[in-house]
Amino acid sequence: MEWIKKNLLAGNIQKNAKKFPLGLWIKCESCNGIIYKKEAEKKLDVCPKCQYHFRISAHTRINILIDPGTFQEHDAGVEPLDPIEFKDLKKYRDRMKASQKSTGLKDGIVSGDGLINGKRVMIAVFEFSFMGGSMGSVIGEKITRIVEAALNHRCPVIIFSSSGGARMQEGILSLMQMAKTSSVIARLKEAGLPYISVLTDPTMGGVTASFAMLGDIIMAEPKALIGFAGQRVIKETIREKLPEGFQRAEYLLDHGMIDMIVERKSMKETLSKLITMLT
Amino acid sequence: MINRHWLDFEKPVVDLEKKIEELKAYPTDEPDAHKSELVKLEKKANTVLKDLYSKLTPWQVTKVARHPARPYTLDYVRHIFDDFVELHGDRCFKDDKALVGGLATINGESVVVIGQQKGRKAKEMGYRNWGMPNPEGYRKAVRLMELAERFGKPVLTFIDTPGAYPGVGAEERGQSEAIAASLMRMSTLKVPLIATVIGEGGSGGALAIGVADRVLMMQFSTYSVISPEGCAAILWKDGTKADMAAKALRINAEELKRMGVIDKIVKEPVGGAHRAPQVAFKNLKAELVATLKKLKTLSTEELLDARYEKFRNIGAFVEGK
Repeated sequence: MEWIKKNLLAGNIQKNAKKFPLGLWIKCESCNGIIYKKEAEKKLDVCPKCQYHFRISAHTRINILIDPGTFQEHDAGVEPLDPIEFKDLKKYRDRMKASQKSTGLKDGIVSGDGLINGKRVMIAVFEFSFMGGSMGSVIGEKITRIVEAALNHRCPVIIFSSSGGARMQEGILSLMQMAKTSSVIARLKEAGLPYISVLTDPTMGGVTASFAMLGDIIMAEPKALIGFAGQRVIKETIREKLPEGFQRAEYLLDHGMIDMIVERKSMKETLSKLITMLT
Repeated sequence: MINRHWLDFEKPVVDLEKKIEELKAYPTDEPDAHKSELVKLEKKANTVLKDLYSKLTPWQVTKVARHPARPYTLDYVRHIFDDFVELHGDRCFKDDKALVGGLATINGESVVVIGQQKGRKAKEMGYRNWGMPNPEGYRKAVRLMELAERFGKPVLTFIDTPGAYPGVGAEERGQSEAIAASLMRMSTLKVPLIATVIGEGGSGGALAIGVADRVLMMQFSTYSVISPEGCAAILWKDGTKADMAAKALRINAEELKRMGVIDKIVKEPVGGAHRAPQVAFKNLKAELVATLKKLKTLSTEELLDARYEKFRNIGAFVEGK
């Protein structure tokens, strides 16, 4: 969660690229290149100059991956409550409502079933723009349900994570979602059903430290920030400069933490191939 | 463990306790010379403490939970168990001193114990890495849990950590994976699991040894998704608003019991476990023995189904359209 302060709440997104509304042109903050918006969109929201993968909405992601017309959303009506009546400088309810309004979603995840090259999968995709993809009760519940659905229908699970970590505004209940989601993944493993975890920019904290790192296969998008602790906290703890490329997908691959880095344009084919090989 | 560290809100009792200590240390030929005076002072101190501790704010509880004289995992282990053999190492990289474990016996029965360990003096604090495990600690924990499973021994864990260590090496060696693997492994471990929060239950680093059939909590402990300071720094944009964050996060035992996240609050002596550790040891031992007895009446299947349901059902949401 510390990550959120630095990069999201403080509006201080450092190296992470972000689309800037410059009309027809956008600026990639990863390489600072000015690129033609239509060109980036044609390339699935990837910077044509440096290959940085912009953050995309959950539904955009599903449209890229799932065979047209086959996606059936599950549990779209599951809505968050305010279990501990949390209020900091703002009320949790107000933050929640603002995110609901801007995303059109009830919470930061879209889940459902659909076909990938004709093969049925259960899929859940985080919506980072909903309170930084933070995991509260709804996300924990929807992940658990989609995995339980996979157990019932005996099909593979794919989860695309993008999250700052646990949602502080739900207190201990959000922490417990780590236990809940990891427990249902254990059942999936016992049932011998494949689970592919895809880490996208950024995947941090309690999400990384639970189901996201438990995939039979773990992949990441290029340059995605992935870690447990936020960089500010680590810097304050060790009082040293962080290594070059620290907590980026390429760094994790090099340290043996993920299986592969997959570009957005080859994501569907890679998932399809792996599922075929595993089932 | 004489209390030489008073917390800011304990002002009303400081002079009383200092005087009691002085009287006790005063050299005299007659052993009962100050007896009546002592009895009077102790009674008074007790009343003042009782009053103070009956209305602690969540931030004050946090301070008690972090008190440097508060009993740590190895203190509980030494006093609750008849025998303890420490086992070391994760068989991959190193032995994490911030997370200890081994075989122990309680009322003639052998169990595996695992817990985060803090250090009390400056040198020991560093040695124990302030109770913040690296991935190796969690991998050792999983190794010991699997040992327990192979030999059919229950596992008792003791939670007391500010959190998993946020360091470069910890990230490089897979802090997230180590915690996640422990969460998942606990959920299907085929032996009874009891977790007790004895001090600080700091976030994922605490929960990593907390997926248990029963979760107990010492009365003046805390269990939270983030530290009050961390939460204040992010949401209030001011780390000094920790008292407000502690309250908002609802991190004390009664609130957690109400939310169904913990099963039982274990009473501490008046003024906290550090004032009379023997009372804390005795209370927790009784609770552990009773809980173990109950869990042993369940079949493995019942145990695992109930454990799954327990965590499966945690969460607050509504089912809209």
